[in-house]
Amino acid sequence: MAVDVAVYSAMPARDDVQLAVTGVSKRFGGVRAVEDITLSVGRGTITSIIGPNGAGKTSLLNMISGFYKPDTGSITLDGADITRARPSDVAGLGVARTFQNIALFSGMTVLDNIMLGRHVRMKAGVLSSIVYWGLAQREEVAHRARVEELIDFLDLQDLRKQPTSGLAYGLRKRVELARALALDPKILLLDEPMGGMNQEEKEDMARFILDVNEQWGTTIILIEHDMAVVMDISDRVAVLDRGRKIAEGSPAEVQRNPDVIRAYLGGGHDLREAAQ
Amino acid sequence: MTEAAPTIPRLLRRNAAAMAQRPALREKDLGIWQTYTWRRYWEETRDFALGLAAAGFGRGDKLSVIGENRPRLYFAQLAAQCLGGIAVPTYQDAIANELVYVLNHAETSVVVAENQEQVDKILSLKAQLPNLKLLVYDDPRGLRRYEFPFLKPFEAVQAAGREFGANHPNYVEGIVEAADPDDLALFSYTSGTTSRPKGTMLSHANLLAAAQGLAEAEDIRRDDEYLAYLPMAWIGNSLLAMASHVYVGFTCAFPEKPETVQRDLRELGPTVALAPPRFWENSLTGIMVRASDASPLKRKSFEAFRRLAERAEARRSLGQKLPIPTRLALKLGDFLVYAPIRDQLGLTRARWVYTGGAPLGADTFRFFRGIGVNLKQVYGATELAGLCSVQPDDEADPDTVGRLIAGSEVRIAEDGEVLVRSKAVFKGYYKQPEATQEAVTADGWLRTGDAGFLDRRGHLVIIDRAKDVGKLDDGSSFAPQYLENKLKFSPYIGEAVVFGADRPFIAAIVAIDPTTVGKWAERRNLAYTSFQDLCARTDVHNLIGDEIAKCNEVLPPETRIRRFVVLNKEFDADDDEITRTRKIRRRFVADKYAAVIDALYRGDREVEVVAAITYEDGRKAELRSVLAVCDVADVAAPAKAEAAAWARPPVPADAD
Repeated sequence: MAVDVAVYSAMPARDDVQLAVTGVSKRFGGVRAVEDITLSVGRGTITSIIGPNGAGKTSLLNMISGFYKPDTGSITLDGADITRARPSDVAGLGVARTFQNIALFSGMTVLDNIMLGRHVRMKAGVLSSIVYWGLAQREEVAHRARVEELIDFLDLQDLRKQPTSGLAYGLRKRVELARALALDPKILLLDEPMGGMNQEEKEDMARFILDVNEQWGTTIILIEHDMAVVMDISDRVAVLDRGRKIAEGSPAEVQRNPDVIRAYLGGGHDLREAAQ
Repeated sequence: MTEAAPTIPRLLRRNAAAMAQRPALREKDLGIWQTYTWRRYWEETRDFALGLAAAGFGRGDKLSVIGENRPRLYFAQLAAQCLGGIAVPTYQDAIANELVYVLNHAETSVVVAENQEQVDKILSLKAQLPNLKLLVYDDPRGLRRYEFPFLKPFEAVQAAGREFGANHPNYVEGIVEAADPDDLALFSYTSGTTSRPKGTMLSHANLLAAAQGLAEAEDIRRDDEYLAYLPMAWIGNSLLAMASHVYVGFTCAFPEKPETVQRDLRELGPTVALAPPRFWENSLTGIMVRASDASPLKRKSFEAFRRLAERAEARRSLGQKLPIPTRLALKLGDFLVYAPIRDQLGLTRARWVYTGGAPLGADTFRFFRGIGVNLKQVYGATELAGLCSVQPDDEADPDTVGRLIAGSEVRIAEDGEVLVRSKAVFKGYYKQPEATQEAVTADGWLRTGDAGFLDRRGHLVIIDRAKDVGKLDDGSSFAPQYLENKLKFSPYIGEAVVFGADRPFIAAIVAIDPTTVGKWAERRNLAYTSFQDLCARTDVHNLIGDEIAKCNEVLPPETRIRRFVVLNKEFDADDDEITRTRKIRRRFVADKYAAVIDALYRGDREVEVVAAITYEDGRKAELRSVLAVCDVADVAAPAKAEAAAWARPPVPADAD
């Protein structure tokens, strides 16, 4: 009802690669966090990155979003090389992310936190913003309208004016998602969006992720430990272990892969059971 | 009213012509109040009606809506009525089998759902709904990839309607003008205090008779504003937001979502408000909790002015004049305390505020009147299209439900039952002629099922449900609801059920109010882990015992409450213990807690209960626990049990 229908794009073709990670490696001193990973993400798909703790999932995400620079290899977004781009430039190109440990401004309201997500898209300078007239005012109104759409989308209406510090964990995660969405991202990187949530909150979050993907055709890359959720919502799953990619495929393929079962569960288990 | 006999759609058309640009509906969307004019209301309704007609919906067909109050759900209901069909609103939080029962019983062929949540609910029941042909949704979020031939967005139905309308000029208008006021307009499924819900059939004439009676009794005008936030399926909501709305032509607003009602009330400042007693009780509890957390100066001045207001109100209701110093003090109180509270509650502009559906505690009632809120009791029944009596402004008092509205008459039967006759008396229960015959006498009097009498002023006084007025085994009679309401005025008691019919004394099952008791425990540094743990604390039992003893002071000795149990859960509509309008299902509770009641009368000190719990998704589980059975006399007197022993923790549940 309140959402912008026009931005919705139809289901994309599978071979339309939007983000390509090629032979990327990263070391921290003697630790090989990521080694020679190649991954291509199709436009409009939901790709999950799974793996045991320390497998290099977050490091990979940090390289995509520009927080780390890879030692070797390259990352391209829509054909443009973003391997060495700064995080703010990557954000400007339409890559938004949320963090494993919630990174909201706790003293600010939900509304202000989400408005901050629009910052990248604001053009008015400091002076005109202080005067708050002309462009600055028009901009603020337009951005607020978009933020209201997101508030409606994520069902946060009753929390607009509440400081985020007082919110329940699951709600803060949702606010963080709203702020990432405020960027109007082409690609959304979610680092454990359901970590620490109860079952109901997880279901809500899974629903929102699917809705975002469906509504705006946003490509989503997520790191998640909850196998049931991963297998349920992903189009593709990549499995990392000790910095290397050991498998990639559809959820069903990955669940059958013996390497994955061995690496992930130490053998003797069936990943499909974990997904139940 | 120039037309001899209007129908709801005819009045909508009249309004669209006579006050096209005036606001009819307001809805908060994207943080801003959006207005629908009367013309827009009619056009949206007409287009949807055409769409329904194109899909084969016609006279006598039923359309259900499910969801929170939304403009489109009203367009849909009125569209069905435009075609001679019947609107069947349902409770938005109804669980699966309740919903299946209502939709199948009413033979609903079209369901209009608010959002994905409700669509999912209907889709999961589709196999059990043979009559359902069309499912329409309002908010498309998350529904884009749903592909079912019978599932359509609201706009698509309207678009099809405009196409149909192009080939059938004045199709809807023709049917609307030819309609008979005695046609059925609404099925209101009673909340079923005792049994399966019954489909109360109401005609346009029924609904508009009640709307007219209310409008005349209260001088409601078209510049009034009403916030509709009660369940759409409740008759009080349909009366105000549908029948009175088109009859008077005032503005009806819908909150953004249920959690924002308080803020929306404040933003809008409606002039008319209707809420069940529970709302007022919760508001008062909220005020009390906040006052007790305020600084000492604020707390003391609040207390002083609250007492002043209540004393003044008590004198006013007796018709006494207030001395000038008191009046001056009230003025000061208004400035310092009353006006800010009214503002917080969003009642600054309220001209009339009603409570109905169940009796309201006298103290709550006096508090709100005391602070200058024109709170009045109304009385009605689904079978009377919602409302039949209201208190005049200067005759409000907590014990009566006021005077009968114009066009209705009342009679007290020999057994004390209240009988009402008016044009609003319903057309019968759908497919239940025997039940209808029981409810209405041959000469058209409705048996309300309530026991009551008329006082000297001619006000109707309701004591209790006629069948619930009980007699102890020594023959003294008591009204359970009256006692329960006394108990519920305690901020610590959330719900209470009392028993005593054919028993030697009166006993109560009490569910504590988690917020206030939680706060109380915090203040006394009483650590607890969960709601169940809190309920099992001896300190809490003593607290409740004290509260009951306070109620007992004003009761005659034979109807005092002697023993009680503090339940370790709240009464929940999902467990069938209360109705969705939050009325206790006394008989059900009596059956469910038969073991507890036995223990109360056997004199046991504790009792094991096995509670069947229904989760929100419909799964069931069992919870075993041991409850302490307390004597009011024991726990109340020495309230010094500070160093109380740890109460026995509940036996671990096998629920996951």
